[in-house]
Amino acid sequence: MAITLRQFDFIGTGRKLSVVSAVLVVISLGSLLFNSLEFGLDFTSGTLVEVGYSDSVEVATVSAALEEAGFENAQVVAFGSDQEILIRMPVDETVSEVEMASQLEVLGENVMTALQAASSADVELRRLEFVGPRVGEELAESGGMGILVSLGMIMLYVAVRFQIKFAVASVVALIHDVILTVGVFSIFRLEFDLTVLAAVLAVIGYSVNDKIVVFDRVRENFRIMRKGTPAELINASLNQTLSRTTITAGTTLLVVIAMLVAGGDSIRGFATALCLGISIGTYSSIYIGTTVALMLKVSKEDLIVPPKEGAADSMP
Amino acid sequence: MLNKNPLWKNLLILFVVLLAALYSAPNLYPDDPAVQISHESEPITEFEISTVTDALRGAGIEYFGDVVQDRTGLVRFRNLEEQLLGKGVIEQTLGNGYFTALNLAPTTPGWMQAINAGKMSLGLDLQGGVHFLMEVDMEAALTRRMENNISNIRQMLREERIRSRALNLVDSNHIEIRFDDEESRSAARALLRENFAELQNLNRETGGDFFLDLSLSELDIQQMERDTIAANKTTILNRVDSLGVSEPVVQQQGSNRIVVELPGVQDTAQAKRILQRIATLQFHLEAAPGSPTNSYTTYEYQGMMINVNNDVILQGDRVSNVRSALDQQGLPQVVINLDAQGGEQFSRVTRENIGNPMDIILSETKTRTVTVPGENGAMVEQQETYEEKRLISHAVIRAALGREFVITGLSTTEANELSLLIRSGALAAPMYFVEERTLGPSMGAENIEQGKRATYLGVGLVVLFMMFYYKLFGVFANIALAVNLLMLIAIMSIISATLTLPGIFGIVLILGMAVDANVLIFTRIREELTAGLSPQSAISAGFDRAFGTIMDANLTTLLVGIVLFSIGTGPVKGFAVTLMIGIFTSVWTAIVVTRALVNLYYGGRQVKSLWIGNYI
Repeated sequence: MAITLRQFDFIGTGRKLSVVSAVLVVISLGSLLFNSLEFGLDFTSGTLVEVGYSDSVEVATVSAALEEAGFENAQVVAFGSDQEILIRMPVDETVSEVEMASQLEVLGENVMTALQAASSADVELRRLEFVGPRVGEELAESGGMGILVSLGMIMLYVAVRFQIKFAVASVVALIHDVILTVGVFSIFRLEFDLTVLAAVLAVIGYSVNDKIVVFDRVRENFRIMRKGTPAELINASLNQTLSRTTITAGTTLLVVIAMLVAGGDSIRGFATALCLGISIGTYSSIYIGTTVALMLKVSKEDLIVPPKEGAADSMP
Repeated sequence: MLNKNPLWKNLLILFVVLLAALYSAPNLYPDDPAVQISHESEPITEFEISTVTDALRGAGIEYFGDVVQDRTGLVRFRNLEEQLLGKGVIEQTLGNGYFTALNLAPTTPGWMQAINAGKMSLGLDLQGGVHFLMEVDMEAALTRRMENNISNIRQMLREERIRSRALNLVDSNHIEIRFDDEESRSAARALLRENFAELQNLNRETGGDFFLDLSLSELDIQQMERDTIAANKTTILNRVDSLGVSEPVVQQQGSNRIVVELPGVQDTAQAKRILQRIATLQFHLEAAPGSPTNSYTTYEYQGMMINVNNDVILQGDRVSNVRSALDQQGLPQVVINLDAQGGEQFSRVTRENIGNPMDIILSETKTRTVTVPGENGAMVEQQETYEEKRLISHAVIRAALGREFVITGLSTTEANELSLLIRSGALAAPMYFVEERTLGPSMGAENIEQGKRATYLGVGLVVLFMMFYYKLFGVFANIALAVNLLMLIAIMSIISATLTLPGIFGIVLILGMAVDANVLIFTRIREELTAGLSPQSAISAGFDRAFGTIMDANLTTLLVGIVLFSIGTGPVKGFAVTLMIGIFTSVWTAIVVTRALVNLYYGGRQVKSLWIGNYI
């Protein structure tokens, strides 16, 4: 082999970057701790009204109209264009859940009457939602549970198919991906709703795929290459899989960016989370997962070739 | 190394692709908005249809495809507005006794319907409508069950002359009986063990008094919850039918919640009123021959006309439990338990009527729209409630019946159905709304538009990139991608999955990720070429070596999909289903379809180089 691809020193850079990652994880956790997340209606529970105006409208005008009609707690935001308004109302502790649900239509009508009276443009009720307090709580619980169970299953699978050190390395990298993605949502106060949760779980699915591909190559190289330290072998594996890693991240990001650009407002949170998660996941597949594996001192002895694997490699 | 597929393999692939094309095709035929016409007892005839079509022509409303099928009539319209106008005209023309319901009529050719090729239904976020999450009050159901037990126990203790000082329901699953002495308590305990096997009992002594604590076991409570939710679901299904919604969804979620989705419904207040209505159950005797006509009502039951005496011998609220079971001979039966008072009442009546049939009637309050002349002579629509009574059981009394009796002579299906119906009238627990979402129809249209735009853009970009980067192999991958999409849609249509906005984006995301398997294979082929392998060997080695990696990578993603599915609800679940189906179709198309295309083009001949883009 006279000509080879340029080799990047991923391992050296990875050691430095893992410090950066650790700092980012700490910042994210700090933000989650002190700042929490801007939970959407799915989790916080309460009432949401979305209205469409036939003409552009000021948020302040809508707020004033609502306040006058007695909805002091209403939180008004423009949603997408200046013709669409989202109104959120928190759960009223003094009213029972049953009553809130039964009064929802009346509330919707009252809001519409108030808004129509205060505006010369036509107002259309586009969406009216109510989520009871217990539903929200349970959702948050099952979401957290889902992330934990996914990570546990992945750890188990990788430990069985590969080796426990790789399992720990991939799960550490995945936790890193989840914390940073959710951290960005916390730091920038982006709304975290059910679709974002689904996106975070999808990111785990995507990201584990990425890490397995790298580790698969590492395993192969550990078995076939006679020379080289673990660090050198891992670096070679990363270089060999680099083109695939970037191309797959690229095609997936292409569709996610298409969603972000053309998908409209209701999918923005979902697409943002995917965009972040895929980028972070790709980065951690290259730098973090392998660095952790090296820290755990993976060696050739960890992956002694079982005899049948050699037979499978021969051509049919 | 010829890289040739045997003919049968290519034919098999072609067959699968054609099958996928066939079963995804129905999605190309959008449903027509239609109005379905039926009558409370008579079948609809050509005559009524022609009356209706004359009226529609007179009102200047465009219609087509009017037919009579299965006792009902169907008229199709060009769009949703004409459908609504048309429904109004039809109601005015036909008057009382007729029901009209908004409907979506399939436009798929008959032969497609014959092979069960249907389409995905659109979720609420894509067509507008209302979504409810209703919670069944299990606490109330349990309390009612225990209160029933208390009245039975009280009566039994009285009959057996066992003295107790107090008999209370402490909380929903705890009955407390207080006795003066140990003897009464042990007598009561023996009695209860025999007659109330389901109740667990415990002795307790406090302040010189002797207590007996009774409660249901965890297992019994779970069984009760399962029965209750099934009863409530049946009730809701019955009521949703009366709303005339074309594709309603009624699903259990978790142990105590029911999801109700009513596409196209905009009057949520009315829908809520109907869903919360309570059904009732009544037991009657059959009218004796020659009774005065005002003393009975005639019902239809399995094709027979039955005269049912108007006197109620027992009200449904006396029923404490219903289940379908098998008797000693293994024949299906429905077992009904009554409370103490009901049992007493029932045994008196049945003793005198051995040999006569007993009838069970389920009545439900429903709503319909009627058109009545308004103040200024114009016709206005009004909501009117009416009671719909149904005869659900007609069986001969064989013996004097008591607190527990059985209805036999039914098939297994009939027994299950009857026990469900009785439960829906007698046992359904109160329900309340814990979540509600209403989406206007314009919102749905907008979401579809945005979903389409993002899909075209995203998939278009990926296709262009693959062609640019992998040249001819990129074209192969793109064909595989198209087959992947076709298969994904076909499978989702076959399992009649509901397509939601997150579902569309799930599909788009999967297509973005699906090329991964091909990327793995192609980069591997390039590597092998770089390493100096001949083109044919490089193709073979590339596919073989990438196989293990693809499997490992996708199996872990599948694990995530399974977790998402098992813990997720609603939209998340839909997303998980798409993800899991997508993993299978992606792996199959990337490995099998791409390989077949590559083999068809390059296989079995001398190849100098591969058109797979740059490699060193």
